Amino acid sequence: MESSAGRAATVEFDQVSKRYGGSAKAGTPAAVNDLSLSIPAGRICVLVGPSGCGKTTSLKMVNRLIEPTSGRILLDGVDAAGRELTELRRGIGYVIQQTGLFPHQTVVENVGTVPRLLGWSGARIRERSEELLGLVGLDPAKYSRRFPSQLSGGERQRVGVARALAADPPIMLMDEPFGAVDPIVRERLQDEFLRLQEELAKTILFVTHDIDEAIKMGDLVAVFEIGGKVAQFGTPAELLASPASDFVARFVGTDRGLKRLALSRVADLTLHAAPTAVVGSDAGEARRRGLAASFQFVLLTDPANRPLGWIDAATLPESGPLTEALANPTSPFVNKRTTLKDALSLLLDSDVQVGIVTDRTGAVQGLVTVDMIAERMREGHIAPAYLVDAPPGAPADPAE
Amino acid sequence: MLPGQQLIDFSWIGDHLGQIAERIGQHLELTILPVAIGFLIALVLSIWAVRQPIVYGPITAVTGVLYTIPSLAAFAVLIPITGLSLVSALIPLVSYTLLILVRSIVAGFRGVAPEVLEAAEGMGYTRTQRLIRVEFPLAVPMMIAGLRLATVTAIGLATVASIIGGDTFGGLGQLITEGLQTFFPTKYLLGAALSVVLAVSADVLFVQIERWITPWARAPGSAG
Ligand SMILES: Nc1ncnc2c1ncn2[C@@H]1O[C@H](COP(=O)(O)OP(=O)(O)OP(=O)(O)O)[C@@H](O)[C@H]1O
Ligand SMILES: [Mg+2]
Repeated sequence: MESSAGRAATVEFDQVSKRYGGSAKAGTPAAVNDLSLSIPAGRICVLVGPSGCGKTTSLKMVNRLIEPTSGRILLDGVDAAGRELTELRRGIGYVIQQTGLFPHQTVVENVGTVPRLLGWSGARIRERSEELLGLVGLDPAKYSRRFPSQLSGGERQRVGVARALAADPPIMLMDEPFGAVDPIVRERLQDEFLRLQEELAKTILFVTHDIDEAIKMGDLVAVFEIGGKVAQFGTPAELLASPASDFVARFVGTDRGLKRLALSRVADLTLHAAPTAVVGSDAGEARRRGLAASFQFVLLTDPANRPLGWIDAATLPESGPLTEALANPTSPFVNKRTTLKDALSLLLDSDVQVGIVTDRTGAVQGLVTVDMIAERMREGHIAPAYLVDAPPGAPADPAE
Repeated sequence: MLPGQQLIDFSWIGDHLGQIAERIGQHLELTILPVAIGFLIALVLSIWAVRQPIVYGPITAVTGVLYTIPSLAAFAVLIPITGLSLVSALIPLVSYTLLILVRSIVAGFRGVAPEVLEAAEGMGYTRTQRLIRVEFPLAVPMMIAGLRLATVTAIGLATVASIIGGDTFGGLGQLITEGLQTFFPTKYLLGAALSVVLAVSADVLFVQIERWITPWARAPGSAG
């Protein structure tokens, strides 16, 4: 099997500008204006901004579908302008919104495009293509021999991603890759792609005009404003906590606080211990324990520590075994990967103060409360700091 | 038709199967050669027109003029130059296919979705690789549509070429001419009927070829 992990490259925009219509006419407004960004290897950098602000143009200058008017783009420190065009492009994965799948080729042939250009053997291409289809969640036995017209929009996007990954490129360019599918499919594709990226650790430039997608997908986010300028470059948390300008503040939206919640997960909280009592154990003991605590409820669980429901300690008999019939319907369940935003939403929806955190087996790990989430928001530092090698926006040219 | 003569003399047909087969062979030659030569020329012109859109206008103008020249006039002009040769017959026949073929081939190339071209370029196809592996196959359905029309047209026009071809390569047109000259309906009716059969068979053949080489175009909702 081909190794799919561990190859990534740094991408650096060094004072890059692009003017359409010939560089001679200095009067034409720039589509991209003096762009300097430094993207560390293995990170997702999202380019986000309103329509026409130069995101696609910036992206296409990396694989030189568009040549910059001035400035340099360095891939692992090497100027892209000096590299042979087809060799450069075969080493960069490219995914576009309309997928651009070849209608006359089957799914497996589409995925094998770049390996074929690189002259791999037929057997190796086929093996790799099928491996990748599996990786993006398409059963090769079912999908290999289909034509793109026989796929749903979401399936086409997956094939598009698989095709871009085929030759294990260190860099991926993705231009609104999930833009053409409905919100539910988009969310699933995003989640799956993030999971994939955990393994692959590619350097990814990801274009979107959806700020929520940017915050979700990006390790780093560059907010563009019209005229091809970067208004702010930083982690999603930085963007939300301290927008650099009115434009950025407006662009990220008035619900910044809530969006910040989406960046933290239940795992980031110090959970309350749950006052559990196993079904069949002594009711009197549970009653005494519950009444002694400030929170006078006891969480009834089965022998595997899975929650069955809450019992008000005051209603418990002085003796006898705890039975399942005593338990009231429980609070909402969350797990450690649930974002605080979703957890809060679940709590508000079910009109309770307490959510139960369970692990993969359904066993209780602790409790999360609305207060804990509110407290977390007040603390300000809502997200784990991402590793950013260079200060935002500063080109880290090794030659300097 | 002479008095007392049957409209169709089947025994004559039975006695002359060899000659009839030979005329069919000649007619196929008068069809396949011009369509094949026309296709090659049209393909080159079309690729040129797709790469340099400015030449598309002049190309269709010239091929359009060629298309309007009456075939008899063309033969009359050519006979003093190239004589009663196959070349004299082929030149007009080829030039009639050009307009149809150039239009459909160019439409085929232009119909390739821009995002497909961009994806191909972005993944590192060279221009030639992209032309051969992406643009050409995707233009095939339109090319075949053009070839169908050009072939059926050529089969019809080839009957006129008997003026030049005579006995040597006159095809079904020669059967018709001889039949008319000798007041023998069997011959000219047979010539006409066979050219219709040829045209219909060619049409069916192309439909089959298209189904066979473009399985992807048969898939439902093939637009995407
Ligand atoms: N080929 C071109 N020729 C001339 N101008 C162009 C060309 N491509 C883009 N532009 C202009 O450059 C600017 C930036 O375009 P670009 O496609 O990079 O925007 P974008 O941020 O990707 O927008 P969107 O979110 O709508 O995709 C726009 O004003 C656009 O009109
Ligand atoms: Mg764009």
